[in-house]
Amino acid sequence: MMLIACPHCGPRAHVEFDYGRTLDAILPLDAAPEQAAAVLYARDNPRGVSQELWQHTHGCRAWLVLTRHTVSHEISAVVPWVAATAAPRESGA
Amino acid sequence: MTRFSALSLLRAGLTGQKGWSRHWRDPEPRAQYDVIVIGGGGHGLATAYYLAKVHGVRSVAVLERGWIGGGNTGRNTTIVRSNYRQPQLQRLLEYSLTTWETLSDELNYNVMFSQRGALFLGHSDADMTHLAERGDSLRCAGIDAELLTRDQVARLVPLLDMSPNARFPVYGGLIQKRGGTARHDAVAWGFARAADALGVDIIQNCEVTGFAMTGGKVTGVKTNRGEVGADRVGICVAGSSGLVAGLAGLKLPIESHLLQAFVSEPVKPMLDTVVMSQSIHAYISQSDKGEMVVGGDPDHYPTYSQRGSPHRIEEVAAQAISLIPALSRLRMLRGWAGTTDMSFDGSPIIDTTPVDGLYLNGGWCYGGFKATPGSGRLYAHLLATGESHEIAAPFSLDRFARGATIDEAGAGPLPQAR
Ligand SMILES: Cc1cc2nc3c(=O)[nH]c(=O)nc-3n(C[C@H](O)[C@H](O)[C@H](O)COP(=O)(O)OP(=O)(O)OC[C@H]3O[C@@H](n4cnc5c(N)ncnc54)[C@H](O)[C@@H]3O)c2cc1C
Ligand SMILES: [Zn+2]
Repeated sequence: MMLIACPHCGPRAHVEFDYGRTLDAILPLDAAPEQAAAVLYARDNPRGVSQELWQHTHGCRAWLVLTRHTVSHEISAVVPWVAATAAPRESGA
Repeated sequence: MTRFSALSLLRAGLTGQKGWSRHWRDPEPRAQYDVIVIGGGGHGLATAYYLAKVHGVRSVAVLERGWIGGGNTGRNTTIVRSNYRQPQLQRLLEYSLTTWETLSDELNYNVMFSQRGALFLGHSDADMTHLAERGDSLRCAGIDAELLTRDQVARLVPLLDMSPNARFPVYGGLIQKRGGTARHDAVAWGFARAADALGVDIIQNCEVTGFAMTGGKVTGVKTNRGEVGADRVGICVAGSSGLVAGLAGLKLPIESHLLQAFVSEPVKPMLDTVVMSQSIHAYISQSDKGEMVVGGDPDHYPTYSQRGSPHRIEEVAAQAISLIPALSRLRMLRGWAGTTDMSFDGSPIIDTTPVDGLYLNGGWCYGGFKATPGSGRLYAHLLATGESHEIAAPFSLDRFARGATIDEAGAGPLPQAR
């Protein structure tokens, strides 16, 4: 059982959360068909550290970005999804 | 290799079980093969057997990282059935089921295939409508299905909680009488022994760590025991599909998650049918050793840990006990998990890949044991001829991009949705 430290609610059992998808699998709204197929259906499926979107479904319902190891299940970072995406958006502007 | 017969068993019995020989060789890898199959699970071993038996391709090696059958083949709850809803899956799994029916004779090895019936329970009027519709569709496809009333279910499985106040009241069921269970290890061993007898090299403790490529074509594999050449290489590694395909630069529509299963202490015969409920996702059977075998939902997130979460143990036990209250008196003996190759529509992939000379059989999720002989025959056909068999053709790698997914659960394109 994993303990996930929600930035809003504090540490909670992972049964309160739902795994969504890996961070590289977010579909841009204006994606071309080939890009959409790749984003939706092609996965690295890493054995090791991965960045994933989880939702605190049975808590604050926020989407979070977990940096998580897929063998040890160690969670090295949990940040709100907005914060995780804000940085590249700013630097791109 | 000794051929098994009633006489050979009797003779061995009378002479103290001495004189049995090894059932398959333990060869060193040769420099070159016609076909290499990566992965010595049931699917890989079956593929090698049918390559040699049906297609006469006998220069074949099965390379297994650990020991044969040590992956999901040896970890599954062994339910075999073909009563799916999607026509492509019906054809695939019925092809496999008819192969199961003669498999012990074919292999001269008792895989203990037991057609004890696979029963789905219905817990509401809506469930019964669904089951009736599924049964009709199966019968139209020539596959056996029988809708059972509440009383028929009660007679078949007397230990079910049939009270109207049951947590999951039983309204009736749908049974596939030709469904049942098989002995998982025996399936791996039987295919290994029969493939070996036809000249297939089964090489254990041999992990594929990379591909040898010439001009964009796969010409062999790199392993911890050196490089091994082959004209064609077939990936057949279940939960490791993404990792092995990744060695050739491919990304697959697969995520590796896990499924747990549990067995109780062994008891006298108490359940002679496979009982399943798809509404609450529970499945219960009794092994020939007497253990109650139970399972439920997968853990629903990417993991290679083969270590499940305890909340699922509680859930599976609660479901099983609410269906069969007598189970509450049993002690759980063991629990374990296997890494499942969850595809994005819940259906498998049997196809060529964009890399010349490299083939893929994977994405069986947590339902591929029942497909073992059929999958082996179809993959052997692909590896021998370069063309997909018509039954395998819908299970192509490009079906996702084409929007031609085969989504039994109707749950959409996320691996955790099933
Ligand atoms: C708990 C559980 C319950 C299940 N219950 C059922 C059920 O009731 N009915 C059903 O139909 N299905 C069930 N399944 C699914 C079924 O077990 C699998 O779909 C099926 O066994 C896959 O077969 P396989 O031969 O491809 O896999 P495996 O037996 O896993 O074989 C793959 C092999 O590849 C090897 N390998 C991996 N990487 C490498 C490498 N780099 N080099 C060499 N070898 C490698 C592995 O060591 C492994 O032995 C269940 C699965 C689990 C986990
Ligand atoms: Zn929260």
